Amino acid sequence: MTTTTEGTAPTGPASGEEMPLLRLRGVSKHFGPVQALTEVDLDIPAGQVTALAGDNGAGKSVMIKTISGIHPPDDGQMWWGGKPMNVHTPAEAAALGIETVYQDLALCDNLDIVQNMFLGRERMQRGQLNEESMENAARETLASLAVTTVRSVRQAVASLSGGQRQSVAIAKAVLWNSKLVIMDEPTAALGVAQTAMVLALVRRLADRGHAVLIVSHNMNDVFEVADRIAVLRLGRMVAERPAAEMDRQIVVDLMTTGVSTRVAQPRPSAE
Amino acid sequence: MSNLKEATPTPDAQRPVAVDPSTGTILAADSAGAYLRASLVRIKGGETGILPVVAGLLLVSVLFQVANSHFLTAGNLVNLLVQASVFSLLAMGEVFALLLGEIDLSIGFVAGLSAVVMAELVKPTVGWPWWAAIAAALVVCALIGILQGTLITRIGLPSFVVTLAGLLFWEGVMLYILGDGGSILIQDNIVNDIGSGTLTRLGGWVVMLVVVGLYATQSWRRDQRRRDAGLMAPPRSLSMAKILAVLAAGVLLVLLCNADRGVLVPVYGMPWVILLVFAVVALWTFVLGRLKFGRYIYAIGGNAEAARRAGINLRRIRTTAFMLCSFTAGIAGVVYASRLRSISTALDGGTLVLYSVAAAVIGGTSLFGGRGKAMHGVIGGIVIAAIDNGMGLLGFSAAAKYIVTALVLLIAVTIDAVARRNRP
Repeated sequence: MTTTTEGTAPTGPASGEEMPLLRLRGVSKHFGPVQALTEVDLDIPAGQVTALAGDNGAGKSVMIKTISGIHPPDDGQMWWGGKPMNVHTPAEAAALGIETVYQDLALCDNLDIVQNMFLGRERMQRGQLNEESMENAARETLASLAVTTVRSVRQAVASLSGGQRQSVAIAKAVLWNSKLVIMDEPTAALGVAQTAMVLALVRRLADRGHAVLIVSHNMNDVFEVADRIAVLRLGRMVAERPAAEMDRQIVVDLMTTGVSTRVAQPRPSAE
Repeated sequence: MSNLKEATPTPDAQRPVAVDPSTGTILAADSAGAYLRASLVRIKGGETGILPVVAGLLLVSVLFQVANSHFLTAGNLVNLLVQASVFSLLAMGEVFALLLGEIDLSIGFVAGLSAVVMAELVKPTVGWPWWAAIAAALVVCALIGILQGTLITRIGLPSFVVTLAGLLFWEGVMLYILGDGGSILIQDNIVNDIGSGTLTRLGGWVVMLVVVGLYATQSWRRDQRRRDAGLMAPPRSLSMAKILAVLAAGVLLVLLCNADRGVLVPVYGMPWVILLVFAVVALWTFVLGRLKFGRYIYAIGGNAEAARRAGINLRRIRTTAFMLCSFTAGIAGVVYASRLRSISTALDGGTLVLYSVAAAVIGGTSLFGGRGKAMHGVIGGIVIAAIDNGMGLLGFSAAAKYIVTALVLLIAVTIDAVARRNRP
């Protein structure tokens, strides 16, 4: 928001005066003969929402999984807070402060909100679950994100609406002092009001200083919430710019036809 | 954000309780009435807990009592609890498998094998002390659980098939060990006392007071911790009422047990086996409710993929759950043999396992994983024993007992399904 990372040199860490939270340079990934990512460059600054756009099969999911440690890159470099980053498992990424909210949210319907938020990282006291401490932390986190619609944190997730579930999944990611929150299609299955609620939550995350990487097909959402937009096409990064320098048509053109045609006409004003 | 606030499923339910304006969570309810109303909302929302089955049990009791006034006598009720013990123990084991969304069909004959191993080892010709024989039987059962669990988790075979094979295999092993004689008499007094021994009248009172005292301190301290942490907690009056209710139940149980229920010779006192069931249900409730392991069983039953992503070792948790399932069945087998003072080829592990699944489901455990408690197995076991006992008193045949048990099972599942339909 306040800091503009736009002026930074496009290559390498050597220029490092204003390194973003996460920087990718020349990252490639292939699965057998299929080249999923080809020499991708991407900067993800703290305190901003970076949207990752791209058609089906453009490599968005592989990109997320590369950053979150599920598919380590074959080639290229990543820097985390200015230091070379080398993660091979989701646990290592989580230890750095990278949390991913997948499209299916990965919540257990039968557990309550607190139990879901702490799943796998329960707080213990003398060998037993420390429910009070976990419940308070969960409530504080939800309150700090202004998630006001849940009746009780001891409610089973089964009884929550889609937007509330998304909020819980995001709060779960935030609970762990995460610095980067990655979200895969957070509004895909939501109605209008719930979409607005989740986008407002995404905005608050960035305002609190988290870096947010959001994958979305929905141009309305992208332009409503994103500070920066990166467009992938067939595994290559075809554009990475502040949202103010793009409009819907440009993004669609970039997604569908790629580098060659309309990249040359970025108008600084929106629609 | 307030304009985006969604309508909660039961908005009117929020009024009586204090709601934290920043999070919308219900704070410590200030009066018992408000807390009870909040509980009522949860029940209406489909979280009925053990209420339906307890109501059903009361209904069944009243019906049997009307038909035969012997049903609710002290002697018959204590006998009923003793009869229920094997079903309850087996059902508690089955709960571990059901919570994962799996099933264990083998535990009937695993229990049988446990009984056979123990009976073989305490035979005077072999001469193991009672505790060593029981420990050996339980270890064998735990190993069987690990073996079956490993086949299920490592190779990815369906639990239905693995434990169906187990049902046949362990029956074969049991028959093989029993051999031509077909039965083993148990002559060890302590082993026989597990099923038929009783405490003295004074002993019953002392044990009951100690158990209720432990429960009271635990329960009071937990509610107090929640109040101190500013979380939703029952008010002091309700915490106290809960403890007094348990005390009253304890007093009632001891009075029932201490009444003379003998026919020819006086028989009285708290049966050991009731204490054993209490100990097992307390242990498994603690494991499922207070330990990470228990939490992970629920998580796997609810959404295995979410559990895997949370870094939970699915194989280890699942295998351990199958181990505890077989282990608990082993305890049931020891009780079964002890009650009969012998073990023979008459043990019908197929019916036992189906009763154990029925008991767990009647008690409120879901067949689809993720919902259930050790207590459900106990209550379900009591329901099945009550039907068996009550219909026996009325002179019905085994055929009628099976039919009624089946209907009760169907009713239990229907109540659960209808209650859950009210969920948003």
